[in-house]
Amino acid sequence: MNTADLGQTAGLGHTVDLALDSVSKRFAGTQAVDDLSFSVERGSFFSILGPSGCGKTTLLRMIAGFIAPDSGSISIGGRNMHAVAPNRRPVNMVFQQLALFPMMSVGENVAFGLARRGVGRRERLRRSLAMLERVGLHASADKRVDELSGGQRQRVAIARSLVLEPTLLLLDEPLGALDLKLREHMKIELKQLQAAFGTTFVYITHDQSEALVLSDHVGVMNQGRFEQLGTPQDLYYRPQTPFVAGFVGANNRITGRITGRNGRVFEITTADGWAIHALGSGPLSAGDAVEGFVRPEAATLARQASDLPNTEPHHSGTVQSVLFDGANSAVLLKERGTGREFRIALPQTGRFADLKPNETVLFSFDPERAICFPARAGQGA
Amino acid sequence: MNDDAARSQGATPWQARLTLGLLLAPALLWLGALIVLPHVELAILSLRKMLGPHRYAFSLAQYATFFTEPLYWHVFLRTAIMSAAATLLTLLLAFPIAWVIAKIARGRASSLLFILCLIPFWVSETVRTLGWMILLRQSGVLPALLVKLGVTAEPVELLYHDATIMVGLIYGSLLFMLIPLISSLESLDNALIEAAYDLGAGGFAILRTIVIPHAAPGITAGCIVVFMLTLGNYLTPTLLGGKNSQWFTEQIYTQFITRFNWEQGAAFGFLLLGLSTAMVIVGLKLTGQRFGDVMRRT
Repeated sequence: MNTADLGQTAGLGHTVDLALDSVSKRFAGTQAVDDLSFSVERGSFFSILGPSGCGKTTLLRMIAGFIAPDSGSISIGGRNMHAVAPNRRPVNMVFQQLALFPMMSVGENVAFGLARRGVGRRERLRRSLAMLERVGLHASADKRVDELSGGQRQRVAIARSLVLEPTLLLLDEPLGALDLKLREHMKIELKQLQAAFGTTFVYITHDQSEALVLSDHVGVMNQGRFEQLGTPQDLYYRPQTPFVAGFVGANNRITGRITGRNGRVFEITTADGWAIHALGSGPLSAGDAVEGFVRPEAATLARQASDLPNTEPHHSGTVQSVLFDGANSAVLLKERGTGREFRIALPQTGRFADLKPNETVLFSFDPERAICFPARAGQGA
Repeated sequence: MNDDAARSQGATPWQARLTLGLLLAPALLWLGALIVLPHVELAILSLRKMLGPHRYAFSLAQYATFFTEPLYWHVFLRTAIMSAAATLLTLLLAFPIAWVIAKIARGRASSLLFILCLIPFWVSETVRTLGWMILLRQSGVLPALLVKLGVTAEPVELLYHDATIMVGLIYGSLLFMLIPLISSLESLDNALIEAAYDLGAGGFAILRTIVIPHAAPGITAGCIVVFMLTLGNYLTPTLLGGKNSQWFTEQIYTQFITRFNWEQGAAFGFLLLGLSTAMVIVGLKLTGQRFGDVMRRT
């Protein structure tokens, strides 16, 4: 885990806005958050990525103060938050369904927090209008909330929180309710807003693409713990656990046993006898059950053996289907000997645009770009 | 099935109108026979004066009596003020109960609490009111308990006070306030409360800025229903207040039944109708709401 590293760099002069120290929370028999420690630097965009039920919402609600941890401590902006109520924390939250107040105008929504702090009417109006201007909605101050589009509501929800200049802005899957096109657009807008305001964002999502695009650091959460904490590039290119390799980005997962070794590269043979080569991660020895992962874009496709690099072991398969998705197009193969599915990204040159089902093709991949881990319990060969 | 669909699609506007008319007929009949007709009759009655046997003339004398006789408009005002007070107290009492049922209790507990509020209404209003009399009369349960506890030396009469009438009215009205309140509070998204809390609002600010504006139509609906029920209540003030109750419905009863003065009784009836209408309009104006919105909430 990278938590220790991050803690150290934080200690070397960077300001930490959020620090959790062995925080745990249990709900009726399930460990929602399990002894979690991490810190988030000022001004960074930090995402917590995990499948539903991994405990990320519980974690966010503990930071906001709606739930108290069973043990451990949370400090925000250097202050311990023990027994500090949500309305007294320097933290604001953008809710999943946004929770804009329908009984108030857009301007009143943004001014709500200022009014609670006792800011005078004139000042409130000035500041909320200035904030709406920054998110490009100053003309909508007098509109009702339900007159706005999904993306505009999103911006009001963020403006309503940011006008209070919180140390930390928490975002609870705010893009989940939007349609795909708008979601792509709001992703970019969120990133630009964060850069413009410089506020520390803590974002939770189950969508790995959101986490990768938006974040400076991502914590991949599973069963109440962080599987890995690092930059999006770390998670994608250097996954440390089979869960991360399988959850972040697309991956071909091949289970088998170690049957050979050449330096850091291991030979893995599946139960039905297909041998592949991959880098080993963690303690491995011959006969161990492993999970190997090969990214679809790591493999090269060819019709003739001479087109493949002869430094790499060659494999062959028959085309099962061509998955056209513009730049993300891929082909689904069946490995010839075993019939196992293998996905390969199609080159964007359009060279294999004429692939037909049942056609036999060759492929290879650099063992240095494939990785294998000791198999998890119940997930082995 | 197919035939039905074809027929309904092929229905002419005339047929559709006939269907609608037939469906509405019972309601229209009900309104016409039991509400409109008697009121027309009462209106005619209230606007005439008996000159001799079977000889009547148009007159405003019945209404004039109301204003010249202090007893009548004193009782009228007293009824209005006490009904308004009973409505307000019912609201204050029902709001926390509705909050617990709608927002705090979960699943079965919530239904159970609501059934507990409903159960007393399985018993007739008369029996319920007599129950209060058994509890409160001088030889009743509560005065005896007070003596036993040493609070009073002698058993005191707890019936026939204004406070007793209030207790009875609030008890009888509670459910009618609870139902619209619960439904309007249930529709309040908890995330809004959390968002307000997160943005720095305390309990009172959340109540004032989020909960009450959201529940306003429910609150108004409950208040209108309770106010009308209280204003027109006859049994509770009479039984719990005795001769001191001075409720306006009693005056109407007296005119019709005891004094056989139907003309005067009819005029009083119309004055009461005017009062409740006026109070509802004032209430809606004060809270800035529309009648249609409010009624949709009940």
